[in-house]
Amino acid sequence: MKTIADLKIGERAFVKEFQQVDLSLKLLEMGCLPGSEVMLDFIAPLGDPLGIQVNGYCLAMRKEEAATVLVEESI
Amino acid sequence: MFGHAQRRSSNGFGRRKHLTILKKTPIIALIGNPNSGKSSLFNQLTGLRQKVGNFPSVTVEKKSGPLMLEGQTEATVVDLPGLYSLYPKALDERVVIDILANPHHEDYPDVVVVVADASNLKRNLLLFTQVADLGLPVVLALNMLDVAEDKNLQINAVKLAMKLGVAVVRINARVGEGLDNLKKAIVQTLEKPKNLQKYYFDPAEQFPGLIDEVKKGSQLSNNYLALHYVQQHDIFSFLSPEKRVGFDKLIEKHDFKESGFQAAETMHRYAVIDGLVKESVKTTDNFLVKPLWTQRLDNILLHPFWGYAVFFLVLLTIFQAVFTLASYPMDMIDAGIASFNDWLKETLPPGLVTDLLTDGLVAGIGGVVIFIPQIAFLFLLVALLEESGYMARVMVIMDKLMRRFGLNGKSVVPLISGVACAVPAIMSARSIGNRKERLLTILVTPLMSCSARLPIFTILIALVVPATPVLGFFTLQGLTLMGLYLLGLLSALLSAWVIKGWVANTEKGYFVMEMPTYKVPRWYHVGLAVWDSVKSFVTEAGKIIVAISIILWVLATYGPGDSIEKAEEQVKQEKPMLQGTELDNAIAAQKLENSYAGHFGKFIEPAIAPLGYDWKIGIALLASFAAREVFVGTMSTIYSIGSEADEDNGTIKARMRAEINPKTGKPMYTPALAFSLLIFYVFAMMCMSTIATVYRETHGWKWPLIQLAYMTVLAYGLAFLTYQLLR
Repeated sequence: MKTIADLKIGERAFVKEFQQVDLSLKLLEMGCLPGSEVMLDFIAPLGDPLGIQVNGYCLAMRKEEAATVLVEESI
Repeated sequence: MFGHAQRRSSNGFGRRKHLTILKKTPIIALIGNPNSGKSSLFNQLTGLRQKVGNFPSVTVEKKSGPLMLEGQTEATVVDLPGLYSLYPKALDERVVIDILANPHHEDYPDVVVVVADASNLKRNLLLFTQVADLGLPVVLALNMLDVAEDKNLQINAVKLAMKLGVAVVRINARVGEGLDNLKKAIVQTLEKPKNLQKYYFDPAEQFPGLIDEVKKGSQLSNNYLALHYVQQHDIFSFLSPEKRVGFDKLIEKHDFKESGFQAAETMHRYAVIDGLVKESVKTTDNFLVKPLWTQRLDNILLHPFWGYAVFFLVLLTIFQAVFTLASYPMDMIDAGIASFNDWLKETLPPGLVTDLLTDGLVAGIGGVVIFIPQIAFLFLLVALLEESGYMARVMVIMDKLMRRFGLNGKSVVPLISGVACAVPAIMSARSIGNRKERLLTILVTPLMSCSARLPIFTILIALVVPATPVLGFFTLQGLTLMGLYLLGLLSALLSAWVIKGWVANTEKGYFVMEMPTYKVPRWYHVGLAVWDSVKSFVTEAGKIIVAISIILWVLATYGPGDSIEKAEEQVKQEKPMLQGTELDNAIAAQKLENSYAGHFGKFIEPAIAPLGYDWKIGIALLASFAAREVFVGTMSTIYSIGSEADEDNGTIKARMRAEINPKTGKPMYTPALAFSLLIFYVFAMMCMSTIATVYRETHGWKWPLIQLAYMTVLAYGLAFLTYQLLR
């Protein structure tokens, strides 16, 4: 399954499912909901963390965190 | 999934009547997302009248200040920690729900102003709907409308107010626009709290039995408040342990799934918000594009090469400011205090009280005041970095590097701040969500050489390192000083790397954070931040340093029995040739040796002899155990006691240089001894305030004691090695 960690810079996808309950609570509150469109915005110089555009702003997270958020190309 | 139920008219605690409370001091709480401009609004409303303190029984910083409403009524504005929802994800955020759920709390608000970043309206409205569902009177302050317009978002505040059923005020917190309207809305809400809304989310739809039982058991009338009793009773400070256990049983009885329900609540709220916003917000633009300037700056500041280059330059600038720029005002303060002390000594009649005042109190206060320029410069720069939005980028580019040592990208702020003072630095580690990474940061931050070590470093380096130029613009002394700071940094990283294997990671925590857009810092806000940190440093550290200076003075002035009185005879008998000043000095030295402090020094001499120290240094070590800045003061007391000469550094330096080691007959301060002392002070945990702060932050004695032990072992062991190798 494709996750946010697999996206390339500028690539868009829709959030499908969270695999980590506690992290999902945080992401949901930040407006990163199932069905939200996300775009990979940047990858930090050493490959980690990364930043996504979601819900009108930029959200940074570690790669291992991003790897728990499943995405798909279209809803 | 959840419908809207009618909300009761009050939250059922027998809320205070607003008309009567208006004559007292109503409390206005500011609440909002991080980066929503909440602090700017607070600064605009209260300015220099704001006070910094703690919320009762927790060490979360509380800012509050008076606000004049309609000429005669004064309200108190309380700035609550920024957060994204009422379910706390970081420690500081817990205080918010603890206040909002407890009407007996002294900071329980009469009106809550939710400050919302209009350019992120949906996310900001999540918190708004939660606060409104608690039944609290709410005003919505729409901030950053200019940023929203840049994003092609057009917000119709009137439509939004009608939809939400509360006052919606357009403000610009950065420049202070819309404050009068906000005040009017606050007064109207105080006088006529609107309670006609429906719940945005009603937990009783799914769990009517559970909510009903909680409401009956705790005399509540608000369904959503009852839900928070169920979800968050463990962090409610106002509930007894028995009550908390009762809630756990209820959860089991009703087969209530806490995390699942919280997720469902958030999704439901966003669905409701989507409907609310549809009519009042117009957008034409693509939602996933960053503002142009933020994109341009990020291209540089997150660049694999330029990102680190800029960060390195920023660090250099900070060091340059803290050590070079700050030295001018520091020299002035130093000279000012010295002449003030001399003036006191000349003006006041000689005697014990004058001695206590000058050598004890004024010297002690001087030791605190001297650090103000450094602390101010450091916090000025840190505040600038945070205000501008750059600090979040530093955390991102440093995260992976720091993680190798068991730390976190967010550890950068405590480590940099540690160069000024470990106390605020350790407190700033609260933003680190991961418990283990936060603990490691706390444990190693005191290894960063704080400004209190600087006077010790400079005086010892000046004693034994020549000012030889190196490569034209450096000197050997400057390089040695830089080496000591690097040694502190390296040992902090290495210690974290060693300790990380021994600390269990018991709680999950996340790096997830909002990357704010870049903003031009407002000098007024930066200035207030600097003012606050200087003020708290002076009062917190000042208390301890002054107390120790006085105790030290007493211990060095009095001795057991009549040993002090006998000192004069003793000297005259042993050295009958001495006269004048030399005689006075010898008598003073003998008095010191006979005092309680002297006895202490002699007592520990065997333990510190392997490091090259004698009993005089022993006194300074002991005295500086509580606060290292006392060291230089103590040395000056020990070496210049009884002399009328002024006590500036030059004199102390000259006296230390003239000190003869009685065993060898050669100068006492050899490079071996000086470096042994330098190394000792790089590693030793000589600061009561830091120990107390670690105790508060880790809720127990375990970690401060472990920290004290490992740092003492490092300090003693490495100072021993240094002395033995260089001897």
